[in-house]
Amino acid sequence: MMLIPCPWCGPRNEIEFHYGGQADVHCPDDPQSVSDADWATFLFFRDNPKGVFTERWSHASGCRRWFTVRRDTRTNRVLPADSTNHARTVTT
Amino acid sequence: MTPRTPGAELPEHPDRLWHSPEPKSSYDVVIVGGGGHGLATAYYLARNHGITNVAVLERGWLAGGNMARNTTIIRSNYLWDESAGLYEHALKLWEGLEEELDYPLLFSQRGVLNLAHSLQEVRDSVRRVNANRLNGVDAEWLDPQQVAEICPILNTSEDLRYPVLGATWQPRAGIAKHDHVAWGFARALDRMGVDLIQGCEVTGFERVGDRVVGVETTRGPIRAGKVALAAAGHTSALADTLGLRLPIQSHPLQALVSELLEPVHPTVVMSNSVHVYVSQAHKGELVLGAGIDSYNSYSQRGAFHTIEREMTAAVELFPMFARAHVLRTWGGVVDVTPDASAITGLTPLEGLYVNCGWGTGGFKATPGVGWCYAHTIAHDEPHPLNAPFSLDRFTTGALVDEHGAAGVAH
Repeated sequence: MMLIPCPWCGPRNEIEFHYGGQADVHCPDDPQSVSDADWATFLFFRDNPKGVFTERWSHASGCRRWFTVRRDTRTNRVLPADSTNHARTVTT
Repeated sequence: MTPRTPGAELPEHPDRLWHSPEPKSSYDVVIVGGGGHGLATAYYLARNHGITNVAVLERGWLAGGNMARNTTIIRSNYLWDESAGLYEHALKLWEGLEEELDYPLLFSQRGVLNLAHSLQEVRDSVRRVNANRLNGVDAEWLDPQQVAEICPILNTSEDLRYPVLGATWQPRAGIAKHDHVAWGFARALDRMGVDLIQGCEVTGFERVGDRVVGVETTRGPIRAGKVALAAAGHTSALADTLGLRLPIQSHPLQALVSELLEPVHPTVVMSNSVHVYVSQAHKGELVLGAGIDSYNSYSQRGAFHTIEREMTAAVELFPMFARAHVLRTWGGVVDVTPDASAITGLTPLEGLYVNCGWGTGGFKATPGVGWCYAHTIAHDEPHPLNAPFSLDRFTTGALVDEHGAAGVAH
């Protein structure tokens, strides 16, 4: 069981959360001008590091808001927030 | 099913089946990953293409990764033509593999039931039965009474929250003893002169321009005419060192076994809706699995709530399991693709081949993928059966979207 730090509700059991995968994935600004390869990258390719991963979680059974977490995928240890890790809503 | 003594059909533990040679400085083909897929690929490289100057490199011990962690189910009842082609090719090879390797794999064609619990699932299942038949794959649609005749311990009453409305039935499906599959291939490879090198982790690659010409390992550099990846959940980490990006995400997939029981469960039962799959191993354990844990992880373990949900489903479907004790739980690292189908073929780099993305279902494909991947490596072009599973399908959009029949939600 992981304790996931919801910025609004505090640490809660992972069963309260929905996983959202890699953080900071943005839709191309002008989809019509994007090549097939770049479009495939946006749709299908995500980082898959063995180590620190910056990812999205939604507190689905609580406040229902999305936020960003840094976690080590080797140990599942949640890491302290860094300057890029402040709560925000999904915009992509 | 006739009564039998649990364990009676297991052969004695084998004497040494393969050597542990020192790595040579170069090979025609180096296969990265000594699991089922790596071993089968090496076997068919030698058998079908006469290429025996081959090394299989394994960072741990032979077949100690996902090959030792899966639930050993073999079936080919996939919906799409591309998947049915590959898995049915594998099943046909399974049917002759014991004889071919001259080794007891305990391949047991006890059939698989894929349960349907909703009207939509009934329609999807009947469609899949029809698709299977069109592809020459054995399949039947069974009503609840027929399901109960095949698996009497299954709760087919209408009182369940998600009652069994019927099931697809593939009689030729079954299980095999996974360790023995690996040992059978390894013994054959050793006899054909292929080097099986354990405790040898690949840490990087040697390249000349866009051509991969060897690997860097914890036991020194090894040059290779061709390098073939077969490293399942760790393929991303390897490909990253080459700047090669792959559309896979690594997740934990858990399984568990009960204590040894008398023979009670005569077939394989899978349910996508309540989500559990279970068979009884030759020795007597109930072998259970369910879906992946939601998050990316390389930790080879998952969360307990995933097991709780799986057990809830299992006990509702099989009330008698409530009295069984869990003996062991474990996790593997599976590589999941966006279309729930494998990636097997060429890469943008010359001399580098990739086999990954089997997600939760690689074991059943073992001989089939070995056959096709060996062809790809030997001829520098995919076999017709694995051509649809190329990396470029994510750019062309020719996906093999197989979530429905994959049997496991991911």
